Amino acid sequence: MKKTNWLLLVLALVLSMFLAACSGGSDDTSNSTDDADSEETTETEDTSGEEGEASGEQVLNITDSAEIPTMDASLATDAVAFQWLGSTTDGLYRLGENAQPEPGIAKDHEVSEDGLTWTFNLREDAVWSNGDPVTANDFVYAWQRAVNPDTGSEYGPYMMGGVIKNAQAVVDGEVPVEELGVKADGDYTLVVELEKPVPYFESLTTFGTFLPLNQAFVEEQGDQYALEADTLLSNGPFVLTEWNHGEGWTLEKNQDYWDAENVKLEQINVNVVKETSTAVNLYDTGEIDRTGLSAEFVDQYRTSDDFKVEEEPVLFYLKMNQENEVLGNVNARKAIQMVIDRQSMVDVILNNGSIPSVGHVPQNFTKHPETEEDFRELNGDLIETNVEQAQELWATAKEELGMDTVELGYLGGDSEVAMNMDAYIKDQLEQLEGLTVNVQSVPFKERLQRDENMEYDIQNSGWGPDYIDPNTFLNMFVTDGGNNKTGYSSEAYDGLIEKANTELAQEPVERFETFLEAEKLLIQEDAVLAPLYQRAVAQLWKPYVKGVITQPMGPDYTYKYAYIEGK
Amino acid sequence: MTRYIIQRLIYMVITMFLIATLTFFLMKFLPGTPLSAADKLSDEQQAVVLEKYGLNDPVPVQYFNYMVNLAQGDLGISFQFDNREVTTIIMERIGPSVQLGFQAMIIGTIIGMLLGLVSAIYHNGIMDYTSTFLAVLGQSIPSFVFAGLLQFYIGVKFGWLPVALWEGWEYTILPTISLAIFPIAIAARFMRTEMLEVMGSDYIVTARAKGVNKVGVVFKHGLRNALIPLITVLGPLAVGLMTGTLVIENIFAVPGIGEQFVKAINMNDFPIIMGTTLLIAFLFIFIILVIDLLYGVIDPRIRLAEGE
Repeated sequence: MKKTNWLLLVLALVLSMFLAACSGGSDDTSNSTDDADSEETTETEDTSGEEGEASGEQVLNITDSAEIPTMDASLATDAVAFQWLGSTTDGLYRLGENAQPEPGIAKDHEVSEDGLTWTFNLREDAVWSNGDPVTANDFVYAWQRAVNPDTGSEYGPYMMGGVIKNAQAVVDGEVPVEELGVKADGDYTLVVELEKPVPYFESLTTFGTFLPLNQAFVEEQGDQYALEADTLLSNGPFVLTEWNHGEGWTLEKNQDYWDAENVKLEQINVNVVKETSTAVNLYDTGEIDRTGLSAEFVDQYRTSDDFKVEEEPVLFYLKMNQENEVLGNVNARKAIQMVIDRQSMVDVILNNGSIPSVGHVPQNFTKHPETEEDFRELNGDLIETNVEQAQELWATAKEELGMDTVELGYLGGDSEVAMNMDAYIKDQLEQLEGLTVNVQSVPFKERLQRDENMEYDIQNSGWGPDYIDPNTFLNMFVTDGGNNKTGYSSEAYDGLIEKANTELAQEPVERFETFLEAEKLLIQEDAVLAPLYQRAVAQLWKPYVKGVITQPMGPDYTYKYAYIEGK
Repeated sequence: MTRYIIQRLIYMVITMFLIATLTFFLMKFLPGTPLSAADKLSDEQQAVVLEKYGLNDPVPVQYFNYMVNLAQGDLGISFQFDNREVTTIIMERIGPSVQLGFQAMIIGTIIGMLLGLVSAIYHNGIMDYTSTFLAVLGQSIPSFVFAGLLQFYIGVKFGWLPVALWEGWEYTILPTISLAIFPIAIAARFMRTEMLEVMGSDYIVTARAKGVNKVGVVFKHGLRNALIPLITVLGPLAVGLMTGTLVIENIFAVPGIGEQFVKAINMNDFPIIMGTTLLIAFLFIFIILVIDLLYGVIDPRIRLAEGE
């Protein structure tokens, strides 16, 4: 018996060692966070003692959903990259309050009468973080690099092709890269020639692909450029000072920024956190100052003062392949538009503040140039839910087609939310008598490929803007448009979009009204799409974080004017 | 012995070659291209970028180029992290995964073996039932449930340990415990079964009859023989844990390689998929060789080289 007791003793010892290790660890935690806090406090006391509204340590702690894929402006393609490029770099303009472009490196600009030549006057006090001045050549170099086939940029050709003179020709290798329509006239004047008048060009210049690059530095770094914090340069409000790949990164205020006096935050700490539940737990323990909420958390936090819903100009809709016999029938398409109860869908399935979509231009995205009325408000609800009328239209369609029962394929995403939503939509669509919907949930890349080959009947699809203009949504559906892929081809529609982008390019009011007309034609008369919802994100923000601006395109947030008050 | 090891190393190279080949061609069946803005670019625009990455060549040509580079130790550059080398990315991300996996295996094996031993010694007693119950629980409840509970109670409710992130040793404790649950359960179960079998065998009875005490028998004669099946199971499990686990890494925001691997597959980041697959395959093959060699050390009855 004695011997077995000995064994128990060993077991107890091992276990107690293990537990001791745990509690020792927790002591370490509190110590280390204390240390970090006191360090930060002393740092900020030195520099920001006299800020007006800002009080306490000016440090923002947030998370991002993924590692930064690249900090090379020519190669950036996703929200994470554009976010941190935008925080560290000023382009000609940057988006400010209410998505209005405000001066960045450009002080102002003139547009020639034909709208084809834009002359930007650059400020002379902007510098790169290595001390070099920011000059017109930095833009020339960056834009040439973006369209140069050797760079392998995706957004360069996409954003500049058909906009900047000769951009597409350079991409195709027809003319040398020097022929691109962007020239430096001295160090501080940039002359841009466009392919055609582009009314939204000012907002385009705020986009990541149009950011300047310091030629000497980029060439010196070669293929190492922007791979680490010390192989990239900033000229913006913040400098990337630490970059632990996959884990997180740190931005610090750029003391040499031309507008440094308006930047109050001293430091932004970003950690990569993918799980919403993890971010919520970190938020609850005060480790981070913002978290997104997925549907299951919304009810729990809805009444909290920290709860905020941010609307995004991103639309989701059903694409209908008109090469399908049934979907080629406009009455069938209208029936599908009308039978879906969008309100219940956003309330029950998404539950994050998303709103039903009733057209193909989001709300709070563009305003009438004179009356300042919202596009969505002016055009109103182009579709409504009406099951009875949908049944009638469906019956007419079946009669016209000579069919009793119809079977349609439905292509959807493979995330949990997408599958729930697609099940709901299937259920709604099958209210139409004699309709069977076969849902196929596939990965994103697979869906794109089938879209490209038009191998679908109905497809759940989405689109976010690339610049602030109705054109970014509406020109998708011109005949043979790269993203049309519905088989829709209407001379009337093509004519409206063409007119808006050519003869009316310099007439903002008529142009806007042409887009209103085009949207009606697209959604109401030709029923090309069945709009579903406009996305919103539910978030928690600590009340002491002030001055963060949410953006409809490019970087999601502008932290330039953010500050901490009363933490 | 040397001849045996050399022979095994040659097999290893052949296996690696076959795995590389198979993975390469399977990967090409993934839908779509590595382009992240494929939905926005025209076919011509896509072709320009694909050309730059050599993806317009016929697949056999791509395969040949890849294998030539691989033979020179060059795994290429990532598509999703433009211009970053695959080797660099794997080196950055494997560290946290190995650390967590290693810690979990150490803790898992020690606690699991102790539980198993206790069960075997107090066979059919209350200790046996308790530890069997725990083992079954540990094996059947998914680790992310434990992880979620640990995070909420230990991290948020009591505030004893960090909720998540990766900023020091204390940040590894909760993920390590979550990961260790499975090896604990496996080790405990195998240990119990094997010990019971071994303890019933003739040579143990003989040893006991000769007056060796119970503990002495357990540790000197029983344990050693019971270890063989345990090592067979734990070796590959260790590789699995050390090469990253998507769920635990996501829950505790660990910058490990498991999450990176899954993302690479979703993004068609071919060089990362290849690099990570080859690394995992290599570790598996290597650990199996080590286990085979260990058998001989633990149990001299197992002969590795024939005719010696």
